[in-house]
Amino acid sequence: MSRFDLRRIGLALAAPVMALVVSVVLVSVVLLVAGHDPVDAFRQMWEFGTQGPQLVNILNKSASYYLAALAVAIGFRMNLFNIGVDGQYQLAAMLAAVLGAAVTLPGPLHVLFIVVVAAVVGALWAGIAGVLKVYRGVSEVISTIMLNFIGGALVAWMLTPQVFANLSNNIVKTPDIPSSGWFPGFSFGDNGTVYGFIIVSALVGIAYWFVLSRTRFGFDLRATGLSESAAVASGVGVRRMVMSAMLLSGAVAGLVGMPLLLGESHSFGQDFPAGIGFVGIAIALLGRNNPIGIAFASLLWSFLDVSNQILDLLGIPKEIVTIMQGTIVLAVVVAYEFTRRLALASEQRRVAAQLGGSLEGDATPPVPAGTGAA
Amino acid sequence: MATAVSTPPAGPAQATPARRLLPVWVRPALIWAGILILLSLTRWISGAQDITSSGTAGAALRLAVPILLAGMAGLWSERAGVVNIGIEGMMVLGAWCGAYVALDHGPWAGIVAGAIGGALGGLLHAIATVTFGVDHIVSGVAINLLGPGIARFLSSVVFTNREGGGVTQSPQVPQPSTFTVPGLSDGLASIEKHHLLVISDLAGILGGLVTNVSWMTVLAIVLVPATAFVLWRTRFGLRLRSCGENPWAAESLGVNVYRYKYLGVVSSGAFGGLAGAFLSLVASNYYREGQTGGRGFIGLAAMIFGNWRPGGLLAGAGLFGFTDALQLRQGETSVHALFLALALGLAALGAWWLYRRRTLQGVIALLAAAGSLALYLFTDTVPQQFTQTTPYVTTLLVLALASQRLRMPKADGLPYRRGTAS
Repeated sequence: MSRFDLRRIGLALAAPVMALVVSVVLVSVVLLVAGHDPVDAFRQMWEFGTQGPQLVNILNKSASYYLAALAVAIGFRMNLFNIGVDGQYQLAAMLAAVLGAAVTLPGPLHVLFIVVVAAVVGALWAGIAGVLKVYRGVSEVISTIMLNFIGGALVAWMLTPQVFANLSNNIVKTPDIPSSGWFPGFSFGDNGTVYGFIIVSALVGIAYWFVLSRTRFGFDLRATGLSESAAVASGVGVRRMVMSAMLLSGAVAGLVGMPLLLGESHSFGQDFPAGIGFVGIAIALLGRNNPIGIAFASLLWSFLDVSNQILDLLGIPKEIVTIMQGTIVLAVVVAYEFTRRLALASEQRRVAAQLGGSLEGDATPPVPAGTGAA
Repeated sequence: MATAVSTPPAGPAQATPARRLLPVWVRPALIWAGILILLSLTRWISGAQDITSSGTAGAALRLAVPILLAGMAGLWSERAGVVNIGIEGMMVLGAWCGAYVALDHGPWAGIVAGAIGGALGGLLHAIATVTFGVDHIVSGVAINLLGPGIARFLSSVVFTNREGGGVTQSPQVPQPSTFTVPGLSDGLASIEKHHLLVISDLAGILGGLVTNVSWMTVLAIVLVPATAFVLWRTRFGLRLRSCGENPWAAESLGVNVYRYKYLGVVSSGAFGGLAGAFLSLVASNYYREGQTGGRGFIGLAAMIFGNWRPGGLLAGAGLFGFTDALQLRQGETSVHALFLALALGLAALGAWWLYRRRTLQGVIALLAAAGSLALYLFTDTVPQQFTQTTPYVTTLLVLALASQRLRMPKADGLPYRRGTAS
């Protein structure tokens, strides 16, 4: 049994490694065709990306990526596709910035207030998709895509001077949050400051692990994801689970903008990064919804994001990294599907061997579900 | 042709005996006439002349075509049972390839290249979803990441050393030629000038549709009835749709499901590529990053609005193109007048529902009509950001309120493996 588990872990790790190798090979081929030296490019990226200021940058970026991926993963564990993380975090960060600047509260309370506002806004925006799914049977994929655009338009509208924003240094942004609402960071001297909120990100990851694998709620959630009909049969209220999963996912999504908002920008402006929600989907897939896997995946992603800056200096278009990220995602899902089938086949062989070896023993494990064969 | 095919043939659950006596084209024709009268009344009451002007109609046509093509991309793929949210990425590939080839070989070669570029994206989606069984949404998201990445990389390789080009945009490219129907265009314009109720509106809309029309627009519009014919009136189409409804049953009847899914998804990519090429060759005369602006998703919305049918999709694309166009033509007053149109339309719909004794829906519609009227009376303008959301809000409302009448292909988005029928 333990030997088999080792094999499974091996298979699980094989997939992301395979994906990485495939994308590196593919990108190398593209670079060679375009007349660049791939080995040199990757070496330069590594050397540049592992310098102090870049490392701080990578950590800061991954704090947001990690939260986005967790938000997506909560849905994934239940077969729910929250594509709307992008809209949820932007709307949440926007409103949190506006309300955070409007109130005066003592230090920690002020920070807490901003964080709670963000989580609530994110949850409510995701909740619309939840309500539509539960009561009207609308696919959350479509509704969250639509809500992304609607949320984007709302943010754009609120970012006009007539509503919440004002123009400073040629950038339209909301008023600054007073310093009582800043989250202290870890200073590394000249290398920069790591956002303190990265601790919160890690705590959310631990909470994710605990809730999903150590509580009744998490069990119900995973059970619903694996087989809705089986979950219904064992008394799980699927509607309630869908609602809770969407709300939770949205609340975590609401936090995505917080590391930057509380740690550095202290306001929401046109330059606030967009598209982190989609990065979150990719990272959740790469990290296979596992909190530790996601942590590594977000570090890898932000490493690629940061270290590609050097490529321009080498005369290589840095967009090659986007291609690399895209192929990693495609390759990793193909690899997972592939290893899933391998694992399934090996399990079937094992069961068959046990059945053939001791038919009278009859304590045989059930045939794994999902083979689909009649 | 397109509208005729779009009406569901004899839905026994809803059709009343009276309706069955009418030919199939009557209902859509009545709906379009109703919309025309509604807009005409709105223009007459509010004085927002641009609602039905030829300029608006022309702009609406230009803005609707990419949405239409993107919607058809969705249609071809989802009818074969593969959800395609990677249309946006395929459009980017199509726009880029179209511009690149058009630079040296002329616009029509560019259009073909756009279709091929999009089809390559579709092929990738097909390989991932059909052969490798990857989740359709995941693959679509990946293609949306990849498309712009590839386009940007290629731009920086190809366009940066040409005059007027750069990392984010191509040099100017030649456009396909346009035409104006002689006589008709001027005649309609002279009727439009008199601002008569209904007649001038019709003249304005028709005038916009026959003045300075690109030949590619004609191609795109011809593709709608062509798609309807191929998918609903040929053996090939029946088989393709059967893969979207019940691939296991299709398989048992000897249909090569993988092949049909591949064909559906690759065609989907080609349509997406055409949509992109339209943006880079007709709507503007260069490729620019971010040119697609979410139109792949609006196309998907139009397809859902149209109940996964070509005629409905045409209506959806027209509606979304129209609201986009109003923004360009005296946007603030025109869009504001749209609230009045909405109020009138909802009131008519509510009255109809009450007449048919669907009390709850009727009351909701009337309340919404009152709300819309109040918005019209008590506000002066509509922020431009809100009008951009029309497609998305409409889709959500349609999904939320009319989901019982929508029917997507039954096995849409479900994984299928050969030889797994039980």
